Amino acid sequence: MAYSDKVIDHYENPRNVGKLDADSENVGTGMVGAPACGDVMRLQIQVDDNGVIEDAKFKTYGCGSAIASSSLVTEMVKGKTLDEAAAIKNMEIVEELALPPVKIHCSVLAEDAIAAAIEDIKAKREKKAESAA
Amino acid sequence: MGKLNIPVYLDYSATTPVDERVAKAMMECLTLQGNFGNPASRSHVFGWKAEDAVTEARANVANLIGANPKEIIWTSGATESDNLAIKGAAHFNARKGKHIITLKTEHKAVLDTCRQLESEGFEVTYLDPEDNGLVDITKLADAIREDTTLVSIMHVNNEIGVIQDIGAIGALTRSKKILLHVDAAQSPGKVAIDVDAMNIDLLSLCAHKVYGPKGIGALYVRRKPRVRIEAQIHGGGHERGMRSGTLATHQIVGMGESFRIAHEEMEAENARIEKLRDRLYDGLKDMEEVYVNGDLEQRIPGNLNISFNFVEGESLMMSLKDIAVSSGSACTSDSLEPSYVLRALGRNDELAHSSLRFTLGRFTTEEEVDFTIKEVRKAVEKLRDLSPLWDMFKDGVDLDTVQWAAH
Ligand SMILES: Cc1ncc(COP(=O)(O)O)c(C=O)c1O
Repeated sequence: MAYSDKVIDHYENPRNVGKLDADSENVGTGMVGAPACGDVMRLQIQVDDNGVIEDAKFKTYGCGSAIASSSLVTEMVKGKTLDEAAAIKNMEIVEELALPPVKIHCSVLAEDAIAAAIEDIKAKREKKAESAA
Repeated sequence: MGKLNIPVYLDYSATTPVDERVAKAMMECLTLQGNFGNPASRSHVFGWKAEDAVTEARANVANLIGANPKEIIWTSGATESDNLAIKGAAHFNARKGKHIITLKTEHKAVLDTCRQLESEGFEVTYLDPEDNGLVDITKLADAIREDTTLVSIMHVNNEIGVIQDIGAIGALTRSKKILLHVDAAQSPGKVAIDVDAMNIDLLSLCAHKVYGPKGIGALYVRRKPRVRIEAQIHGGGHERGMRSGTLATHQIVGMGESFRIAHEEMEAENARIEKLRDRLYDGLKDMEEVYVNGDLEQRIPGNLNISFNFVEGESLMMSLKDIAVSSGSACTSDSLEPSYVLRALGRNDELAHSSLRFTLGRFTTEEEVDFTIKEVRKAVEKLRDLSPLWDMFKDGVDLDTVQWAAH
């Protein structure tokens, strides 16, 4: 399969590869996919007190399009509020990376990863609010 | 020797380039000055000359498998040969019984043909191979029923290169008076075939895995004791009525020449290729978490199918843009399923997704192997740095205990 230039760029120079401290109360971790399906994405966001995403990191096991989708997503979410990040739709990823139809599931996985990371940080914050109350 | 051709071609089991000697022989069968006649033309020298060329090619193909030239039926390739053998034998013997036995790791040309027969009311048993890819003869014997008419087992597997013990299988099927069909598309020039010693009744061959052209193959059909099959393509009654259609002289001559060369050079070529394959494996095997798929001993020299755990095969191939290999992973929406062959070996899906198939051949050089080792190691390292699974493995997490959100 021929890859678009953008997929190749993200694949060869992935942005924001790495790991944040999953135990930190400012970090939300989303891990989606399964090894048996051939892709696993781990997306982590670091959120400031105003609910703005100040940093994002990823690691992905998967095909080139999955790696590119998660790399792109780390760029997209930075500087956004949690609500803005939650509004990111997979089709934006498809368009930006020019993913062919057979690779759309990679973008869906990336959208799921954002949702999972946001859910994680929200759950952490609710728990903290509860114990404070 | 001693040349690095980029991109490096290590996909000889997919197809091979045509040998120069073969191409030359083929080109002599096309133009007005050449041997262009219709081998079925009985009334003039153009036809006779073409028939002579076909006869010589038939002898070369027969010679490689220990058959009589009269037992060779030309087809368009191994897919057609598999269809003709399996459908032809199943239909012809339908009154005797409607049960067929095959193997889960067969090529799709066999499996889908069996599926088709199932839709026509035949019953098919798909045997599981052992974890090394080989058939357990006692399990095969146990699967045989009163109404079994045909066993179809491949000789050399296209993905993992393992060689089935066809001699033992043939002894069993002959003793039970059941027909044995063997898909030997991947065998010529790599492992010896003797249809008599192995008690093979039907055998599929093609040219394009042996440095011959695509679009030509053959089916061996035993004459003593006579094996009868129903034709699948009807017409002018060519090939003793079993496969009609004007013979493609240039293709046939190409196949004949490629088989002649394969037969003559097999021993020296295998020794050379095996050394290169071992060099490739030696250059990779000290990495952590690499697994060879399929038996390493009962295997053709040119095949190395290997899984790099925690790295996905398709992305690995993307990193290896100067190396042509294939992967057991299939990350597309029509098929998220990894290789059915590796799964049939009991490999978990992760390892199947993480596999690469390197197949070496006539024109592979030491320089190409060394280049490949370097590139693969670099790519695996890079992708493991990117892999959350590798992180978890390094942190001591047992991935089998993780609850994955399957999608
Ligand atoms: C084992 C096996 N059987 C059948 C085939 C099909 O052969 P052909 O391409 O000649 O139809 C192949 C090659 O793809 C093969 O490897």
